[in-house]
Amino acid sequence: MNEQNGSILMRVSNLSKEYVQRHPLTRSKVTVHALRRVNLAIRQGATLAVVGESGSGKSTLVRCLALIERTTSGEIWWGDVNLTALAKQGLFNMRRRVQMVFQDPTSALNPGMRADEIIEEPLAIQGIGTNRERRRRALELMEEVRLPAKWAGKLPMELSGGQRQRLAIARALALGPELLIFDEALSNLDLANQETILRLLKELQSAHRLTYIHVAHDLRMVEDLADEVAVMDEGEIVEHKTAQEIFMHPEHSYTQELLAASLSLKAIVEERRVAEFA
Amino acid sequence: MKYLARRLAYAVLLLGTISIFSFALLQWAPGNFFDSMRLDPHVSAQTVNAMRARYGANGPFVVCYAGWIRSLVKGDMGYSFAYGTAAGPLLWTRARNTLVLTASGTLLAWLLALPLGIWSAANKGTWGEKICGAATSSLMTIPDLLLSLILLLLAVRTGWFPTGGMISSGAANASFWSEIADIVRHLILPVAALTVSILPMLVRHIRSAMIDALESPFIRAARGHGIPRRRLLFVYALRAASNPLITLFGFSIAGMLSASLIVEVVLSWPGLGPLMVQSILARDVYVVIGIVMLSSVFLVAGNLVADVLLFVTDPRIRVE
Repeated sequence: MNEQNGSILMRVSNLSKEYVQRHPLTRSKVTVHALRRVNLAIRQGATLAVVGESGSGKSTLVRCLALIERTTSGEIWWGDVNLTALAKQGLFNMRRRVQMVFQDPTSALNPGMRADEIIEEPLAIQGIGTNRERRRRALELMEEVRLPAKWAGKLPMELSGGQRQRLAIARALALGPELLIFDEALSNLDLANQETILRLLKELQSAHRLTYIHVAHDLRMVEDLADEVAVMDEGEIVEHKTAQEIFMHPEHSYTQELLAASLSLKAIVEERRVAEFA
Repeated sequence: MKYLARRLAYAVLLLGTISIFSFALLQWAPGNFFDSMRLDPHVSAQTVNAMRARYGANGPFVVCYAGWIRSLVKGDMGYSFAYGTAAGPLLWTRARNTLVLTASGTLLAWLLALPLGIWSAANKGTWGEKICGAATSSLMTIPDLLLSLILLLLAVRTGWFPTGGMISSGAANASFWSEIADIVRHLILPVAALTVSILPMLVRHIRSAMIDALESPFIRAARGHGIPRRRLLFVYALRAASNPLITLFGFSIAGMLSASLIVEVVLSWPGLGPLMVQSILARDVYVVIGIVMLSSVFLVAGNLVADVLLFVTDPRIRVE
C-alpha cells in the first residue's frame, strides 16, 4: 500500500495473536493463530475498511488496535510510541486516543445506565471534568449524534437499534479520540438507519478530523465509505489498497472470490427488486 | 408502591392456597394422633372421643380449617397434642433457634462465596481456579448427612466444640456476653455444616454469572476506557451479574428453614428440624402444618425480598 498520501497515525508491525484452546474430547492443547504477522499502516483522517470472512481475524485485529486485547507478538506504533510496550499508566492515557464502537448496540451499552450516564462513563473513568462538566459534555454529544437532549434520562431499552448505536458513537466520541474503530457497527441496522448513520459518521469525521477503521462484511457498503480496504484471510492481510484499486483491480484470488460473491449477491438483490417491481 | 402491593397480594394468595392444600392433605391422610392413642390400652375409647370433640377433630374439613384460621389469628396456630400446649409458642421458640443458625450459615456462605466466585471468574483457566473448581465439585458431592456426621465425629474426637444443644447448662445464669459466647461456641459446628453445604453451589452460580457479565461487550467497552480492574470486577461486572445473584439470594432465604433440617437433627440443634421429625412421627398435625406454613412464609418472603431488591437495583424493571 502506498503510504505517501497523508501522515501515518498508527503502524502495525508483525502483529500476531494466538489463543490456546483445549480439544473438547481429548483435552489436548490446540493453538489458534488468530493473527499472523500482520503489517498495516493507518493514514490520518482516512477510512480504512477491514474485510474478510467470519473467523479471518478482523475483530481480533481491531480489538488489539483498540488495546482491549493483548497481542502475542509484534508492535503497534502510535507515532514514536510503541503501544504494546506501554506500562499501565501510559496505556491508560493512550485509551483516550483510540475508541471502539461494537457490533450490537444492545449488549454494548450498560442496560442499567441512563443515556447521559453512558456517555459520561468514559469521562468519569478517565477522571475528566467535574460532574457538571461531564453532564454538559454528554448533552452536547447527544445533540451531535442527533439524539434529543431530553432523552438523557432514557435507558438503552427505551431506544431503537439506530438510536442505541448513535448513543454508542456518542460514548466513543466522549474522550475526543483520534481513531475510531467500528466492529461491524452498522451490520445490525436496517438500510435506512445504516445510511443515516453513515452520513452522520462522515460529518463527524470532517468536524473532528477523525480516522476510522470499519470492520465489515458488506462490500457494497465498503465501496461507499472506505478510502482504503484491507482484505483478511486466515489471520493475514492478503491485500491492502485504495478502495478504488481493490474494486477495479483485485489481485489476490481471495479478494476476487469475495468480490465475486458480493457481486452475485448484488445481482440477486437487483433481480428480486425487478421481480417485485414487475 | 403498586408493584410492591401487587407482589404482597400474590404472596397472601399463595400462602392461603398452600395452607388449604397442606391442611387438606394432613386431614385426609390415613391415621392421626387420636388413632395412635387408641392403641394405648391405658387410654379408654371415651377419653379419646372426648379429646377428639374438645379439639374439633370430628368436624368437617371447612369447620376444622376455619377453627385453625381463628387460632392462627390469635397466634396459637392450633394445638400440639404431643406437647399439650398451643402450637404457636412452641413453633416460635424453635423457629427463632433455626433462624439464628440458618441466618448465620447463609450470611457466612455468601460472605465467602462472593469473593471466591468473583476471583474464580476473574482468573478463569488458571491453576488456582481449577483447584477451586475441583474443591467445590467435591464438596457438592458430599451429602449433608455425611458432612454433619463428619463434623460430629470431629467434635467428639477433639473435644474442641460442644456436640449438641444451643447453650451449656450453666451458661444461662452467666453474664450476657458469656451467654452469647457460649451460643457462638455451640453455633460453630452446625454453621460450618450449613455453610459448607451451601457454599459450593453459591460459588458456582456467582462464578458463572460473573463470567457472563465479564464477557459482555459493555464491560469490554469499559475496559477500553481504561477502567481499573478492581472497579471493573466489583462495581461494573458485579452489578451486571447482580440480577441472577439477587434471585439466588431470594432462594437462599427461602431455603433457609429446609436447608437446616438434617444438620439440626444430626447435631442436636434445638430448632424446627428435630421438632418436625418428632411431630411427623407423632402425627401432631397442627405442629406439622405450622412448620410447613413457616417454610412457605420464608419461601414467599425470600421471593418478595428478591423482587424488591431487583426493583431497587434494576432500573429496567421500574421502567417496565
